[in-house]
Amino acid sequence: MNVIVDIISSAGLWAAILRIATPLIFGTLGALLCERAGVLNLGIEGIMTFGAMIGWLAVYHGADLWTGLFVAALAGMVFGFLHAAMTVTLGLSQHVSGLGVTLFASSFSYYVFRLIVPVAGTPPTIVPFQPISIPGLSTVPFVGPAFFTQTAPTYLAILIALLLAYVVFRTPLGLAIRMTGENPHAAEAQGVDPIRIRYGAVIVGSALMGMGGAFLTLSAFNSFFPTMVQGRGWICIALVVFASWRPGRALFGALLFAFFDAFQLRLQTVVQGIPYQIFLMTPYVLSILALAVMARRARVPQALMQSYRSGER
Amino acid sequence: MRLERREHRPVYLLVGSPIAAVVSALLLAGILIAIAGAPVLEAYRRILIGAFGSRLSATETLTRATPLILTGLAAATAFRARLWNIGAEGQFYVGAIAVAACGSNMLAGLPGPILIPALLLIGAVAGMVLILIPLWLRLRFSVDEVVTSLLINFIALLFVSMLINGVLKDPMAFGWPQSQSVVDHAMLPKLVARSRLHIGLLIAIVLAVIVHFLQTRTVFGMQSRAAGLSPQGAAFAGVPLTRTLVKVACLSGGLAGLAGAIEVLGVKGYVTTDLSPGFGYSGIVVAMLANLNPLGVVLAALFTATMFVGADGMSRSLAIPTYIADVTVALSLLTMLVALFFTQYRIRR
Repeated sequence: MNVIVDIISSAGLWAAILRIATPLIFGTLGALLCERAGVLNLGIEGIMTFGAMIGWLAVYHGADLWTGLFVAALAGMVFGFLHAAMTVTLGLSQHVSGLGVTLFASSFSYYVFRLIVPVAGTPPTIVPFQPISIPGLSTVPFVGPAFFTQTAPTYLAILIALLLAYVVFRTPLGLAIRMTGENPHAAEAQGVDPIRIRYGAVIVGSALMGMGGAFLTLSAFNSFFPTMVQGRGWICIALVVFASWRPGRALFGALLFAFFDAFQLRLQTVVQGIPYQIFLMTPYVLSILALAVMARRARVPQALMQSYRSGER
Repeated sequence: MRLERREHRPVYLLVGSPIAAVVSALLLAGILIAIAGAPVLEAYRRILIGAFGSRLSATETLTRATPLILTGLAAATAFRARLWNIGAEGQFYVGAIAVAACGSNMLAGLPGPILIPALLLIGAVAGMVLILIPLWLRLRFSVDEVVTSLLINFIALLFVSMLINGVLKDPMAFGWPQSQSVVDHAMLPKLVARSRLHIGLLIAIVLAVIVHFLQTRTVFGMQSRAAGLSPQGAAFAGVPLTRTLVKVACLSGGLAGLAGAIEVLGVKGYVTTDLSPGFGYSGIVVAMLANLNPLGVVLAALFTATMFVGADGMSRSLAIPTYIADVTVALSLLTMLVALFFTQYRIRR
């Protein structure tokens, strides 16, 4: 018991939570935006991988960190456009198209990376985002080091979550997005163009996914290596369901998830005799549990995964 | 310009669409090769030589195609019933590790002719058990099986990693995490002497024919197709939906588990965490390229294996990363989706 209390009362744990949560916040918000407009985007895992690679590569070639993050967002938009073209314009299976985007984006990332960065014993590194101490707040004991000495993209992720919550529930644009996800035919009758809304949501959502991936290489780590996204994209898809398609709850879900992840990482180092793989399994097991608990209770956007063509039922 | 649904799909379109998809994927990948500064035609020539240029490389390509046929069949059977089994990778690994566990000591005393079929069955059952988790979650809690089966892949791989670092670790492997080897008489007979090609290839092809028969000539095939086309309609017509889905899942998971079992008994004899270079995920592409047709799966698996084996040789001589094979295969999935669209719709002015 003492061990658990020790872990929970260390400021390091709480600082790690925000760090672990950041890519999940970006990714979950991105997936949530797509799904609110009625498009499941399973391209997320690949888009995060590509964002991680291209953001890192830009910085490695001399761009500054914010440009790297921006490049990752742009790349995400390109893949988002691809997914939207496949699922919205052509009305193809959102499952298969998303998986195709993931397979393509991740193998393309590895290809580009290997082509430009030759094989080396130690992977080349960049100087990542440095923690920013928020004046005044960061000196508060315990709370300061835990919550107010994060890197800039972490604060950005939280801001975007609040912004998205506002846009989705408090603006005409948000209403149009939600209508398109619930009933595109009704949305069109109200003068909303469902095709345009879906394209926009998928492209912007994919940009967020790309930024989530880039956080891994530009802030959490300082190098890129294949398979580094490690299923975070799929976890985000699960978190969207857990969050019941609400941005505020998505932020909470990502933080809760990161709490368990940070906790198991620390538990690993103090508890002896349990194989480390058991600890590494917990994020995936938790995601499945979260899905099982929430899937029935959550209100799914009614037109999710339904293709839409004007004048066709 | 508008889209119009075709009344019927001409045969030339159905046969032509995979070919068009593969050709366009090769063209797109050719652009990437050209950007990398290598001669494109020469690269493809070397891929062909790498895959079929010698007796050794040809048998190697067929060896690589074997698990792809099985994981391709696993995806094809499931997708036909709209059961999105993306967990073939995990099912492959549990099939492999179950065989390694039973074939190295527990059942090692049995004679070969009994042992081999028993081990193959064990691998298939292990795959079935794993797929029943996402299916149960879908039926009980209405959880989308795509995400759960994907997440279970990670759990399965960690589970295998735990076993081969723990109870199943081979003490003779100089500290490398690998499982104990199955006994020699459990290994599948070779198909071609002095190569790695084993009778698993024949098993896979026979299974493709059997699955084709099941899908076109039996009530189960009709029911699984009906469940995929319209669950409500199928239920109304008296198709037992749950039972059909369980059967489809067992077939799909069993095939993926069998792929892992055959890879262990045919090639390696033991399990490592890099036993599969994404066979489960490539199986999805194979199934889609085949338009979910079991016999087409054999050809699509051959194409995929050609890319993977051929790219190895091409990469060494032209300094193009081997990932070009993964890129081409992934692109062919996307182009195939578009090609399938044009078998269903035509553009009218």
